[in-house]
Amino acid sequence: MSIRGFFPALPALILLLAFFLFPVVRMLGFSVEAGTLDWYAKALGEGLYLQVFWNTFEIALLVTGFCLLLGYPLGFLIATTTPTWATLGFIFVLLPLWTSVLVRTYAWMVLLGRNGIVNRWLLDAGIISDPLPLLHNFTGVLIGMVHVLLPYMVLPIYGAVRRLDPAIAAAAQGLGASNWRIFWRIYIPLTLNGIFAGSVLVFVLSLGFFITPALLGGGRVMMIAVLIEQQVRETLNWPFAAALSFVLLAFTFAVYALAQRFTRLEGNT
Amino acid sequence: MSRRLLAAACGLIYFFLMLPLLVVFPLSLSSAPYMQFPPPGLSWQWYERYLDDPQWIDATWRSLYIGGATAVLALALGVPLAFSLTRGRFPGRALVDRLALAPIIVPTIILSVAVYGLFAKLKLIGAWYGLVVAHTVLALPFVVLVMTAGLRDFDRGLEQAAAGLGASRTSTLLRITLPLLRPSLVSAGLLAFISSFDELVVALFLAGPNMTLPKKMFDNIMMEIDPTIAAVSVMQILLVTLVMILIGRFGRGLRGSAR
Repeated sequence: MSIRGFFPALPALILLLAFFLFPVVRMLGFSVEAGTLDWYAKALGEGLYLQVFWNTFEIALLVTGFCLLLGYPLGFLIATTTPTWATLGFIFVLLPLWTSVLVRTYAWMVLLGRNGIVNRWLLDAGIISDPLPLLHNFTGVLIGMVHVLLPYMVLPIYGAVRRLDPAIAAAAQGLGASNWRIFWRIYIPLTLNGIFAGSVLVFVLSLGFFITPALLGGGRVMMIAVLIEQQVRETLNWPFAAALSFVLLAFTFAVYALAQRFTRLEGNT
Repeated sequence: MSRRLLAAACGLIYFFLMLPLLVVFPLSLSSAPYMQFPPPGLSWQWYERYLDDPQWIDATWRSLYIGGATAVLALALGVPLAFSLTRGRFPGRALVDRLALAPIIVPTIILSVAVYGLFAKLKLIGAWYGLVVAHTVLALPFVVLVMTAGLRDFDRGLEQAAAGLGASRTSTLLRITLPLLRPSLVSAGLLAFISSFDELVVALFLAGPNMTLPKKMFDNIMMEIDPTIAAVSVMQILLVTLVMILIGRFGRGLRGSAR
């Protein structure tokens, strides 16, 4: 068998094996060090921890839903507008994407606090009479995560709308279909690939989120990544952290594998 | 008509996207001693406080050189890897491809905790090169994605022409292939730099007492929110803008690097 062109990959492969695959496998080994599955029973059996998994799942699902709701119009607009507007539209999606998650999370803390800017605006406008609880709770985490992950939804949807032949929509219009009908019967079905790719990406990334729930949740919204961090840094319970990591990893891969069965996820998502 | 409705909806969504970026600008120039919005007056005091604090400056330098070293290492390893993945024919190539992109999918917290366990054993916690190695693992997928896209669009006829005219393989690579790939190389390198410069979760575990900029920011946010953070945020946003301009000017274009 020929191995043409293998050797240039070797240095990177060694790095990935030594500092990625090996440490992860090594850590996962801690979870079964005692020769039993007790730590898994604890992770998946005790109500407290099961609740954390459920929270994580629920948040990931909601974040994906909101990202889709906000991301589709954006991706659609950028893909169908003039090149100049499209470039501008892109810049304002990529600028937040590349701004540090920490900066954005900090800004949301300023915006969402009890005396924060959003509450002040709403109070001054007379929309509410008491400040809304937006920070250190579920709502805050949700807003922060949707903001961080929205660009990951916009880009694949943009790609899908872009690949669509505009003649199809034009033909439907010529045959008398309303805009609304064209949207639901042509654009949505023909861009399902992009919708799917974006949703899977956002969902999978949400599952392992750490910074946003740690800061905007204020210790009151427990997600699985936050729990793992606590187990390692505060409780020093390595076997349990390893078991939790393995469950998270297995779930992440399962979602991914399932998604790949339905569509071919290209590297460009 | 419905087009106008779409544009209006998107205007609101853009407002949501840009609001956190815009709000730190007035905050960073506030003359109030604590968080107050709108600021009662303007001053540069938070920028001065940042510049006068050796801890902040120290953390900034550390993040800059760790980011630079990460970009160099990720390019040195990732570019040959991308060549292998697009042009090589060997058993297990698909597997190598999966492994190289896996750091995007595997939650960063898992990588961090795992590498933390290993580095604690090797006494590498707090070593800057330890962070560079871990950040390179995270940056490698970006380099591979950008470079394989660049290589797929590459016209190999140009290399054949060079070879036909008597150029050696090395000089073809150095004088034809790599110069033509420069836009991809620029994008990949800048992306690798930014990914390391912004990285918090790995640094939280591996940096030890040697703060990186994101870790210093995290600790500050946890302890007391003063507008120094806003000043640092503004500088971070300006740096990212600069990097985007550089990619737009010398890189593979915004759309090319985004996908």
